[in-house]
Amino acid sequence: MNRPHRGAAGSRGLGTMEVKSKFGAEFRRFSLERSKPGKFEEFYGLLQHVHKIPNVDVLVGYTDIHGDLLPINNDDNYHKAVSTANPLLRIFIQRKEDADYSAFGTDTMTRKKNVLSNVLRPDNHKKKPHIVISMPQDFRPVSSIIDVDILPETHRRVRLYKYGTDKPLGFYIRDGSSVRVTPHGLEKVPGIFISRLVPGGLAQSTGLLAVNDEVLEVNGIEVSGKSLDQVTDMMIANSRNLIITVRPANQRNNVVRNSRTSGSSGQSTESSLPSSTPNILANFLQGEEESDEEDIIIEDSGEPQQIPKAAPTSESLESLTQIELLHEPTQNGFLPSNEMNLNHSAGSISMEYEVQDPDHKSLEEDGTIITL
Amino acid sequence: MRRFLRTGHDPVRERLKRDLFQFNKTVEHGFPHQPSALGYSPFLRLMAIGTRSGAIKLYGAPGVEFMGLHEENNTVMQIHFIPDQCQLVTLLDDNSLHLWSLKQHSGASELREEHLLYLGTESGNIFVVELPSFRVLEDRTITSEAVLQRVPEDYCNRRSCELVEALREHPKNPDQILIGYSRGLIVLWDLQNNKVTHHFLGSQQLENLYWQRDGSKFISCHYDGSYTQWPVSSDNRHPEPLENFVPYGPFPCKAISKIYWQTTKNGLPYIIFQGGMPRASYGDRHSISVVHGSQQIAFDFTSRVIDFFIIFSSEPTAEFDDPSAMVVLAEEELVVIDLKTAGWPAVHPPYLASLHCSAITCSHHVSNIPLKLWERIISAGSKQNIHYSSMPWPIDGGTNIAPDPPQRDLLLTGHEDGTVRFWDASGVCLHLLYKLSTVRVFLTDADPNDNMNPLGEDEWPPLRKVGTFDPYSDDPRLGIQKIYLCKYSGYLAVAGTAGQVLVMELNDEDAEHVVDHAEADLLQDQEGYRWKGHEKLKTRDGPVRFEAGFQPFVLVQCQPPAVVTSLALHSEWKLVAFGTSHGFGLFDHQQKRLVFVKCTLHPSDQLALEGPLSRVKSLKKSLRQSFRRIRRSRVSGRKRRGGSGNASEVQEANAKFDQDTLQEMELAPVQRKIEARSAEDSFTGFVRTLYFADTFLRDSSRHCPSLWAGTNGGTVYAFCLRVPPAERRMDEPVRAEQAKEIQLMHRAPVVGILVLDGRSNPLPEPLEVAHDLSKSPDMQGSHQLLVVSEEQFKVFTLPKVSSKLKLKLTALEGCRVRKVTVANFGSCKTDDYSENDLAVLTNLGDIQIISLPFLKLQIRYPCIRKEDVSGIASCVFTKYGQGFYLISPSEFERFSLSTKWLVEPRCVVDMPEVTSNNHVHKSGMENCSSSPLGTSVNNSRSDTHGDPIGILFQKFRKVFWCLQTSASPTCDEALLTSLFNKQFSCQEYT
Repeated sequence: MNRPHRGAAGSRGLGTMEVKSKFGAEFRRFSLERSKPGKFEEFYGLLQHVHKIPNVDVLVGYTDIHGDLLPINNDDNYHKAVSTANPLLRIFIQRKEDADYSAFGTDTMTRKKNVLSNVLRPDNHKKKPHIVISMPQDFRPVSSIIDVDILPETHRRVRLYKYGTDKPLGFYIRDGSSVRVTPHGLEKVPGIFISRLVPGGLAQSTGLLAVNDEVLEVNGIEVSGKSLDQVTDMMIANSRNLIITVRPANQRNNVVRNSRTSGSSGQSTESSLPSSTPNILANFLQGEEESDEEDIIIEDSGEPQQIPKAAPTSESLESLTQIELLHEPTQNGFLPSNEMNLNHSAGSISMEYEVQDPDHKSLEEDGTIITL
Repeated sequence: MRRFLRTGHDPVRERLKRDLFQFNKTVEHGFPHQPSALGYSPFLRLMAIGTRSGAIKLYGAPGVEFMGLHEENNTVMQIHFIPDQCQLVTLLDDNSLHLWSLKQHSGASELREEHLLYLGTESGNIFVVELPSFRVLEDRTITSEAVLQRVPEDYCNRRSCELVEALREHPKNPDQILIGYSRGLIVLWDLQNNKVTHHFLGSQQLENLYWQRDGSKFISCHYDGSYTQWPVSSDNRHPEPLENFVPYGPFPCKAISKIYWQTTKNGLPYIIFQGGMPRASYGDRHSISVVHGSQQIAFDFTSRVIDFFIIFSSEPTAEFDDPSAMVVLAEEELVVIDLKTAGWPAVHPPYLASLHCSAITCSHHVSNIPLKLWERIISAGSKQNIHYSSMPWPIDGGTNIAPDPPQRDLLLTGHEDGTVRFWDASGVCLHLLYKLSTVRVFLTDADPNDNMNPLGEDEWPPLRKVGTFDPYSDDPRLGIQKIYLCKYSGYLAVAGTAGQVLVMELNDEDAEHVVDHAEADLLQDQEGYRWKGHEKLKTRDGPVRFEAGFQPFVLVQCQPPAVVTSLALHSEWKLVAFGTSHGFGLFDHQQKRLVFVKCTLHPSDQLALEGPLSRVKSLKKSLRQSFRRIRRSRVSGRKRRGGSGNASEVQEANAKFDQDTLQEMELAPVQRKIEARSAEDSFTGFVRTLYFADTFLRDSSRHCPSLWAGTNGGTVYAFCLRVPPAERRMDEPVRAEQAKEIQLMHRAPVVGILVLDGRSNPLPEPLEVAHDLSKSPDMQGSHQLLVVSEEQFKVFTLPKVSSKLKLKLTALEGCRVRKVTVANFGSCKTDDYSENDLAVLTNLGDIQIISLPFLKLQIRYPCIRKEDVSGIASCVFTKYGQGFYLISPSEFERFSLSTKWLVEPRCVVDMPEVTSNNHVHKSGMENCSSSPLGTSVNNSRSDTHGDPIGILFQKFRKVFWCLQTSASPTCDEALLTSLFNKQFSCQEYT
């Protein structure tokens, strides 16, 4: 339902693009030539001009299609912002001296923010880092190696972070067989292996997974005894927070730990895993709870919202990824804009049923999910 | 952390689980798949059917059923009941013999008698095997040499004995057996003196033999379509045939493979034979002819005849046969003909129904049918069955001791030809009550009147079509896809392949009326889409005559006419909701007005819009392209190499290249792509489930009617409905407005939606409360919404939708939900305890029971093989923890998850008194085999052994006893009787 409206919005001015810029509590609207955006310096000057802040040093940010707040500080990311903006480019301007760098990065627009976080991390507002570029917050995590301390050296547990739809997870698995040490000696057992990496996909870009790596676990569940289709379904069901434990085909890049005396290279899974399983599970559970997907509910009279948790887990704050903050629409959240609502409601009026309070309906856009 | 708590065992709950749940596969309904042999015991009045997969099933009176399975899974070739015994011998196609016995569990002493089995072989020898030990009595073997001793020289020279085609015991004198050899020679063998008493020199290749009751004559049938009568008297040792007759001559005829001669009181015999049709014009018919005086009918069966038998008076003292019925096992159905009633009508079988007379496309189960509706359906059905004979079911052995079923259950099957069949699923016998056809509403190419072309009086041969098996559908668009029956109001909604939704009402009288039409354009104003699938069905204009039963009164046609994928009917609000791959709609069948439609398509979902045809095309195209690619790569490879080197080098290189390509193709492993489901995936708009509920959708103070829809893309839509009160129902329109939309982030298809009331009980069905059959739901407490997707179970609060609980199935176990229903489980210990749980079937064929409302996995049973996709797809659960799934196109397996509700055969077979003929126990029963001997065996006979007898042991193998209780099909101590398989392992005898 949404695509046509977006298309319509974009085609209104053919070559031009709407820009909505926010500085403090003030909005400015203007348009840009989409084909000729110019240089960042010019754009920066333009922003200073329209907001009438000629001599203030500011940080410029924009929301990308995933709802993340990303910085604009050079020509490249400026052009990227212009080319991806659809239908309008939303700009957020902060004074450099009170810039909140933590606002940038992944899930910043959908992240819930509450007073608690301000209390817990008051330094956010004070600290002023000296280097503007290469802030870790400016990058979103793509993958990580986790649980190095509890896994045997021959194994690797990789967490893939999937955002949006532009970059596929991008790998294939197949059936195969591997040799294990069992009480009866060496035995050939069936296993699941990575068979192919899609060029440009998430799996390949991490460099942590390779063809012929044996998949041992998916999100804490052993794959032994499961069919290829079962493992496929498990991975897809966990695709938003996929943690796979592999035995890499290439064992030369393993993390070497000195602290472990019982360095058990080449040891079989069966002998090494059970002891560490409870620990792993606990870790997984935390991860699962934190980054768990939240369904989107749209009520006819209210605003779209993510489903609040019935029982928030407090211990999940010690996080591997991001902390869940409560949502505050006026600050860094998405902005319910009236013209968008009107666009949207025009499409949803149907001849057969009445639409009640169309103005109260609103559109949510958080990258992957676009719903009415 | 929670996971550890979850695994903790609560002993009280564990005990309760044992009282509530239990998995049993109880009975197989329908017609055995690929039957291969038939047997009948006039003594027990039981019928046995063997199948190509090695199963053996016994049927008697309705409700009396036994089943066994040969371990070898080989085709059952022949079944022979042992006279006056609860035993039978089966011959499999691996030349092994198996003895089965029906045993009394209650320790009644059994008569142990000595029985002999005569085995005719391909070499022309007959071996005598002692039962039950399967010991071969070598000294009693009837060799072909002994038989040929006194045959006239010229006859003997002309033909050897060849294989033994038929063995028949003399009806009066058990010391004499009639032996028929394939080349035409028939001899009467005296067992006492071990010599031939009579020679009958037939000239035609023999097919079968049958004795007249008094033993003075017998009849032989032949390969050329003739039969011959032979006299048996003590004065003439080489009699000439009395009569030789080709019933369908004079043109060449097909073989008569089996014949019966039945005497009657009035003197005119019944001659009943299989085959014999004129080869050129009717050679393809599967016929059995019955001739009685001047009456003659050739029953024309819909599929190949496996075997048949005649039920006649088995009293040894009776003077005449007086046949009462003919039982014919065809490949796809069982047909019983009443031979006593004039016109020889068919008998309506109480079991072994051909479920697949047209392929089953869907099924729907309704428990606990009110008596009133039940009687009306039966009366509608009885009007359809007037052409059947009123004769009681002739196969009536055994006694059904199962208690009467506690409730009346209906199983509705939708078929490819546009019919819906109503089956009585209350008990062990799945019995057809009523058949509904939707074809009359539509104009199809086939003229409904040209079935059963009436034959003229002087038509020859006098063929008559019998049986119901008709797998050829006139138009696949007629196929039934969804059925919904309201048992209280008698409203029925049926939806089909071409987007047709019919709402019907039960009428006890014939009626002629116009069916109202309405169109539902599910694409609304979506532009630029083209439906490339099938067209909608043309409807019949003007009034249509409908027979008594369910009569359609309104037709809603979805546009585009895609398959209807979900259907819901609310008989109290008089609303019907339907969904396709494009969207869903709500129709008010009282005012006959479309309330609303909602398009669920994702704009990028081109595939769903264009219909199924484009998909096929693209597959073909891609196949073609890939072949082209392979070919091109080979050609280019050759060219590259062709530039240099000599011809042989090139050839070699080419060969190597081809081999490499081949290897590459063979070695390409099965791969699975790991990709998150995106919004752009195809068929996200496919509506999977529709659900009506009276609940708190807007606020917690007022509840209102609502419609819920779930799609393949993980979206749930909720519409608030405004239904005018009954007194103004016709005046005010029904209104609907969208109230909520839930997008599940994991985007898995939504397969079930359910609202739980304040006491966490599922909301009752429409009209259930009005009929005082259910407590009214708790409207005080807060309601909860359960959404079941293929991957997760989620409970949300209402009216403010927030996630309360969830159970991830796929993420933890890798299996997906295929079917889900709420089932009520009662405790087998206490009558007053029962609870509602979810019965779930996964794509691995496992059945899981999940508790409500806490979503805890209670128990898991493997049920269907995961490769059996059609079995999983056909599974249907009942409201009380039973279920059905197709194990073959023609058979439903019934299973039970409940300890309380269990429908399984409970029956006894009493040994009738052996009244007379004490000599019977000494005589053997005959069995003949005509399986080919292996060449190695033939060789060994001529070369290594001088003694031919040794060879035949090799053929039949030595047998040992091995009593296995585990082989008993229904090993239940409560059962009084069950089958035992006395197996023997096969070992070469040297």
